[in-house]
Amino acid sequence: MEAFDPNELPELLKLYYRRLFPFSQYYRWLNYGGVVKNYFQHREFSFTLKDDIYIRYQSFNNQSEMEKEIQKLNPHKIDIGAVYSHRPIQHNTVKLGAFQAQEKELVFDIDMTDYDDVRRCCSSADICSKCWTLMTMAIHIIDRALKEDFGFKHRLWVYSGRRGVHCWVCDETVRKLSSAVRSGIVEYLSLVKGGEEMRKKVHLSTKVHPFIRKSINIVEKYFEEYALVGQDIFENKETWDKILTLVPESIHAELQQGFQKCHNSVQRWEHLKRTVSTNRAVKNEKFGPWVEWEIMLHYCFPRLDINVSKGINHLLKSPFSVHPKTGRISVPINLQKVDQFDPFIVPTISQICHELDMVSTNEDDGDKENEAEPDTKRHTRDYKKTSLAPYVKSFEQFLEELDKSRKGELLRKSDAQRDF
Amino acid sequence: MQFFGSKRKKLILAGDQRVASYPHSLQFYLQPPSENISLIEFETLAIDRLKLLKIVENLGVSYVKGSEQYQSKLEIEIRRLKFSYRESSDDEFEARRRDHISHFILRLAYCQSEDLRRWLIQQEMDLFRFRFSILPPDTVQGFLKDSHLQFETISKEEKALHSQDILDSSMPLGGNKYELEAVYKVPFADALDLFRGRKVYLERGFAFVPHQDIVSIILNDFRAKLSKALALTARSLPSVQSDERLQPLLNHLSHSYVGQDYNTQGNMGKISLDQLDSLAMKSFPLCMRQLHKALREHHHLRHGGRMQYGLFLKGIGLTLEQALQFWKLEFIKGKVDTDKFDKGYAYNIRHSYGKEGKRTDYTPFSCMKIILTNPPSQGDYHGCPFRHSDPELLKQRLQSSKVSQTGINQILDYVKGTHYQLACQKFFDLTHNIEDGMFSLNHPNQYFLESQKLLSGGREVRKEPSQPEVPQAKQSVQKTSNSTSSPPASLDSTLEMDMEGLEGYFSE
Ligand SMILES: [Zn+2]
Repeated sequence: MEAFDPNELPELLKLYYRRLFPFSQYYRWLNYGGVVKNYFQHREFSFTLKDDIYIRYQSFNNQSEMEKEIQKLNPHKIDIGAVYSHRPIQHNTVKLGAFQAQEKELVFDIDMTDYDDVRRCCSSADICSKCWTLMTMAIHIIDRALKEDFGFKHRLWVYSGRRGVHCWVCDETVRKLSSAVRSGIVEYLSLVKGGEEMRKKVHLSTKVHPFIRKSINIVEKYFEEYALVGQDIFENKETWDKILTLVPESIHAELQQGFQKCHNSVQRWEHLKRTVSTNRAVKNEKFGPWVEWEIMLHYCFPRLDINVSKGINHLLKSPFSVHPKTGRISVPINLQKVDQFDPFIVPTISQICHELDMVSTNEDDGDKENEAEPDTKRHTRDYKKTSLAPYVKSFEQFLEELDKSRKGELLRKSDAQRDF
Repeated sequence: MQFFGSKRKKLILAGDQRVASYPHSLQFYLQPPSENISLIEFETLAIDRLKLLKIVENLGVSYVKGSEQYQSKLEIEIRRLKFSYRESSDDEFEARRRDHISHFILRLAYCQSEDLRRWLIQQEMDLFRFRFSILPPDTVQGFLKDSHLQFETISKEEKALHSQDILDSSMPLGGNKYELEAVYKVPFADALDLFRGRKVYLERGFAFVPHQDIVSIILNDFRAKLSKALALTARSLPSVQSDERLQPLLNHLSHSYVGQDYNTQGNMGKISLDQLDSLAMKSFPLCMRQLHKALREHHHLRHGGRMQYGLFLKGIGLTLEQALQFWKLEFIKGKVDTDKFDKGYAYNIRHSYGKEGKRTDYTPFSCMKIILTNPPSQGDYHGCPFRHSDPELLKQRLQSSKVSQTGINQILDYVKGTHYQLACQKFFDLTHNIEDGMFSLNHPNQYFLESQKLLSGGREVRKEPSQPEVPQAKQSVQKTSNSTSSPPASLDSTLEMDMEGLEGYFSE
């Protein structure tokens, strides 16, 4: 496989935007069927160019204008912002205060650095296949709630290209939600609370809300393999002392004693569960299954960045943008195969450009008829010759579903009119 | 003065009409009043309502909202100020009229900034909640109907099917039996205050709300409407501000009850950067000490911390140049290089001084804002230590600040009762060796000023707030007094005549 070299990025980007970036699907997404006038035209894009030069408030009239501009600027990173009251490119010509963000997808950002106090394998920007399970659990937990609790249909999950995942909820009604409701949704979905001055970050009560119960069911599937074996959270006194701060003090001595006798994390976890339940039987209601649930959630539950979700005008890295440090493409994650998703086989820009080169050379050896084809037409097929293809395919499936909803909605509206 | 409608109306209405104009003791305030009133009445009504809202705020701090004491004290005060409160009172017309008009006057005074709007909405919601709570059960449906609020109930079968989920999600159903309680199905966004704290069952986009919690849905609607109305009123504010009769009064109204904003006072540039460490130990409130310490230790603060601390520093007098220097020196000791600092963080600092973007001159955060909004999460050091710390860690902090054991217990008691500002004030008293609060603490910068005043031997070091260097949206700044209770000075008597031509401030 072609290793990614950041020095080659400018050259690679040229090729990527000219022949591989799925512009037509991308436009089809953000145009949302052209139902609302100027929806795409009023959308903000922002670009990070060479040397971290950052330009905001870009907007385009149509797909080809966007394509041309991106191919001209070759941005190292593309961010998507809100749909505004006016064309963002003209924001300076609008009367102060009149230029307002009006709609945006509801977005979530889950970043591995927020888990640094509970993962032992890596820290800050590093990830490995062990801690990636945190992201797998996060997607399952959040996606279930978005779908079953909130009834959101169109959820696009995307690998950020480095150490986390993003989710774009694209339902028509969701794009119109106020910032207060967006924060409310994040609060509903947050269980791990408190900053550096708070040790115990999960507090359950005796009544367990169905959202929490269903989340625990998901964590249970992964807990032993991920936390007890993989992270070995009860490995030694130092690590289990951290866990003891989450447990009522009256059983610390009993737990310490037992932990010393056990041989591994799995045994120590069993010991903890036994101790809690025997204490519950003889003593009081301070002990219940929620003691162990609090630990499980503390170590496994998704940590969302509320500020990203709350603001309608907040920018988030676009799908299919390239991560400038790793060179990996920000690709959609197939919801049917979340457990199989491996960030380390997500193609880098070097890899797909190389793959394209290989095919092109072979084709050139064969016949020349490709040359006659217009650039755009060839373009639409080129990504299919690379390992980007399956990811574009799942993006297309997502777009199909959006189309279906839109048609259903139109049908419903025209039926309603006929009834009238 | 005719300040709302376009046509003069006779004030004297026949009995029926009086009932029809205000059918209930509580209102959604959908229609602005359309009658003429004198400037004197305008002023009196405004002050009375402010008194009421201030009482609502204070009672909410001192008592558990909805508790017996809270309810009875609030009722006494409402009656004393002659505002409407009881559905059954025989002739409440005047009380309801006062309620109606005074609410709209305060909208004018409190639409000017985000902080003011937040304060007004909070108090108005608490007042509404109280009035709704004492509405006789048989009039609730009538009120909902008159306010165009109708909710769909779920069938017996659906209720039985979801019984466990609904009971697990909702607050305990008092003495009511689940079988007898109506359950409404509303779009989840209408149940914001319930679902955000997971106090309601959600399924496929709908919230299943037992009748006992319906007030939350109604308040949600009340807030949404009020918030939208305030935004619209703010848009027509320039025309209010150019009205020289109203501008001083409105400004005074908003200042006297929310207090100063502690922005760019006369002390700009009077602090040098090398004083900061010692000032932090002596005169910073705990929240700012925590941020200062974290910054010095990690050479970095995340966004929430930079905002809270940066604006505080601006408030105590750091100039833009000093702020840039301070943050830069600290950040480049960490992972940020000069280039990255200049390109990213420097912009944000200039922004907070109103030199970039929309050129809003940001004001330092008040205690309420710190306690209620943007709670700290992983990696954050901002927030209120009394609200956002483990009691154990808080205890350690207090010990290291040399607070006595009795003092610590007193503070932790306040924390337990969720009186975070009182806890902080106690901390102030104990660390400054003074008997009892001589001021009522509601702002970190106020903490700093009071501390400096004491430490400099009681001499008055505080400047009268002066005109900001760069005039902001508030075009003329009324000299503000720091007292929190004195009513505004009466206005020139020549203005006691009826005024016209102010209509339209509330139109869309
Ligand atoms: Zn790892």
